[in-house]
Amino acid sequence: MDSSGQFHFPRWSNLLLPAIGVLAVTAPIYLITLVGYGASPATINVGYRPEQPVEFSHAIHVGELGMDCRYCHTTVEQAAFAAIPPTATCMSCHTNIHPKSIKLLKVRESYQTGQPIEWVKVHDLPDYAYFDHAAHVNKGVSCLECHGRIDRMEVVHQAEELSMGWCLDCHRDPTPSIRPRGQVTNMEWDPAMATDEEQAEIERIHKSLKSTRQLTDCSTCHR
Amino acid sequence: MTTLTPDNLQDAASANLADDPRRRAPLVTGDQDFASVTETVTHLALRKPPRAWYIAFGISMALLGLLGVLILYLILSGVGVWGNNQPVAWGFPIVNFVFWVGIGHAGTLISAILFLFRQNWRTGINRFAEAMTIFAVVCAGLFPGIHVGRLWLAYWLVPYPNQMAMWPNFRSPLLWDVFAVGTYATVSLLFWYVGMIPDLATLRDRATTKIRKIVYGLLALGWRGSNRHWQRFEKAYLLLAALATPLVLSVHSVVSFDFAVSQVPGWHTTIFPPYFVAGAIFGGFAMVLALAIPARQWFGLKDLITPRHVDNMAKILLGVGLMVTYAYATEVFIAWYGQSPNEQFAFINRAFGQSGWAYWVMVTCNCFIPQLLWFGKLRRNLWLLWGVAVAVNVGMWFERFVIILSLERDFVPSSWGQFMPTWVDMGMLVGSFGLFFTLFLLFCRYLPMVAIAEVKTVMPQAHAGHGDKQYDDVETDESGTADYRIP
Repeated sequence: MDSSGQFHFPRWSNLLLPAIGVLAVTAPIYLITLVGYGASPATINVGYRPEQPVEFSHAIHVGELGMDCRYCHTTVEQAAFAAIPPTATCMSCHTNIHPKSIKLLKVRESYQTGQPIEWVKVHDLPDYAYFDHAAHVNKGVSCLECHGRIDRMEVVHQAEELSMGWCLDCHRDPTPSIRPRGQVTNMEWDPAMATDEEQAEIERIHKSLKSTRQLTDCSTCHR
Repeated sequence: MTTLTPDNLQDAASANLADDPRRRAPLVTGDQDFASVTETVTHLALRKPPRAWYIAFGISMALLGLLGVLILYLILSGVGVWGNNQPVAWGFPIVNFVFWVGIGHAGTLISAILFLFRQNWRTGINRFAEAMTIFAVVCAGLFPGIHVGRLWLAYWLVPYPNQMAMWPNFRSPLLWDVFAVGTYATVSLLFWYVGMIPDLATLRDRATTKIRKIVYGLLALGWRGSNRHWQRFEKAYLLLAALATPLVLSVHSVVSFDFAVSQVPGWHTTIFPPYFVAGAIFGGFAMVLALAIPARQWFGLKDLITPRHVDNMAKILLGVGLMVTYAYATEVFIAWYGQSPNEQFAFINRAFGQSGWAYWVMVTCNCFIPQLLWFGKLRRNLWLLWGVAVAVNVGMWFERFVIILSLERDFVPSSWGQFMPTWVDMGMLVGSFGLFFTLFLLFCRYLPMVAIAEVKTVMPQAHAGHGDKQYDDVETDESGTADYRIP
């Protein structure tokens, strides 16, 4: 409002025009960066490392001692869910190894009371996404593909995005992620190491897969 | 030939409806000059509105509240509160969507196509017809939004790169709809606003309260009416009119694809796009009339929206009504001529099946009742004309309803069923009128209802001193200045 009682655009409002120009250029960049990087699951979800009730080290058990994944996660070849082992599984060794360790206090306690240890779930898919461990493992998809180098993790963290787009990357072109069934839990395996027999097995599995169209159908994962 | 002086301008009123080919009928009646036109329009926005406004606004707000509550109920309960179910999965929400989008067509037709065709009488009605368009599109946009069920995911309608690696189906007309209606809403809004800038400046200059001065001042974008401003304004307006013109035809064509691209008998026809466009303009003009007749009465706009304006709109309503009737007839004819048993069954079922009553409501309202408008005497009876306009709106709603009801009788008799709307369906239909009228009444209250600057250009005073030489019987008054002449 000026002295005449009329509204006039103040002088500084002339700056709005170049400001709009700057905004028009920078806003898309900002948005693309924000949405494409900032809000992406690669930024938000990868590296999720919750504190667990017991300091269980996969690096020691798998990496150093060379235990197979299926020693503890027994149901992985038969069921959708890869079972979290009962405390009894731990105690099958730890009754004799480090039986007095302070770190294993909670494990012994659980063994005695029968109350399971409340592990925090790291790889948590939304309820509307159906995932079947057995279907993947039996078709030669390694644990590594989704869980990363578990054998090097002191505390387990989420290594991959686990986003829908990430799932689809593989469902659209599954071949590079398939290995012989015998090597599924082998963290060190490399396609270059495949023997002729193994190569034949990979091709056999590949032929047995459903079509890409079926693999990418909505109801394959959303049932 | 008649010459008009300020003294006999009054005579123009009687000439308003006359069709004398030698001269144009006046488009502003009464003893109006530039100042009084400005006063007539601006006092609506700047003074206390008439009591009728408060009553109407109260009712509209109540209905809008109903709509809000029902949407909340829908979100909390899910789409099961509607009557939509197999086989009629598209129930009221789509009927209401097509109905409101159709209403939205008249505004752009009046503002863009009639502008390009130099139909000067559009100036009296274009502003509020455009406003009506925008509010109708708002109502239309609401229904697909809530029909997706999960309202908070409605943005999935828009294609954008996402972590789900998922895109809308580009081959689906439902996605084309998103673009068509989105474009239409944007261009209509822009057109409406740009056209309003000079009038907003008028309101700014006449505003008395501080808030209004600032708000109108901001909206007027510093308009000072300089020659350069006008030159740019006219150019921008012309370009926007040219941009908006194809949209009048494209939007409802795309809406019709929702049906025509499917394989349902009675939907899968090539006549759908032109038939839908004609229906949209029909319904839209009916709504303009239904609003204009009370508005000119309540807001004292009789001199600006003259009997001639109303008469012209009634004629267009009749003309477009005949097109719609022709489209209905063609549909039936092609069903017979095409010899497809499914198509034939669909049309026999429409007229004589379990929901045949809806078909006959549609035919009565859209084909028979508008025939009254052939008679000048009946066109000039405003009560009757208003009744016809309302009937056409009812009929056009039923047209979409009849189309949707085709789903009741699918290819497979085992899936046949009957659509029954629930009270929520009914409430939302009524509530959408609440939304529409609330917006419209707010517009009447706060914005220039008639294009002040444009109306002035079609007044005789705007052409004083122009075009005298072409007549031999030019009369000048004693002072030597040119007389006021009907342009």
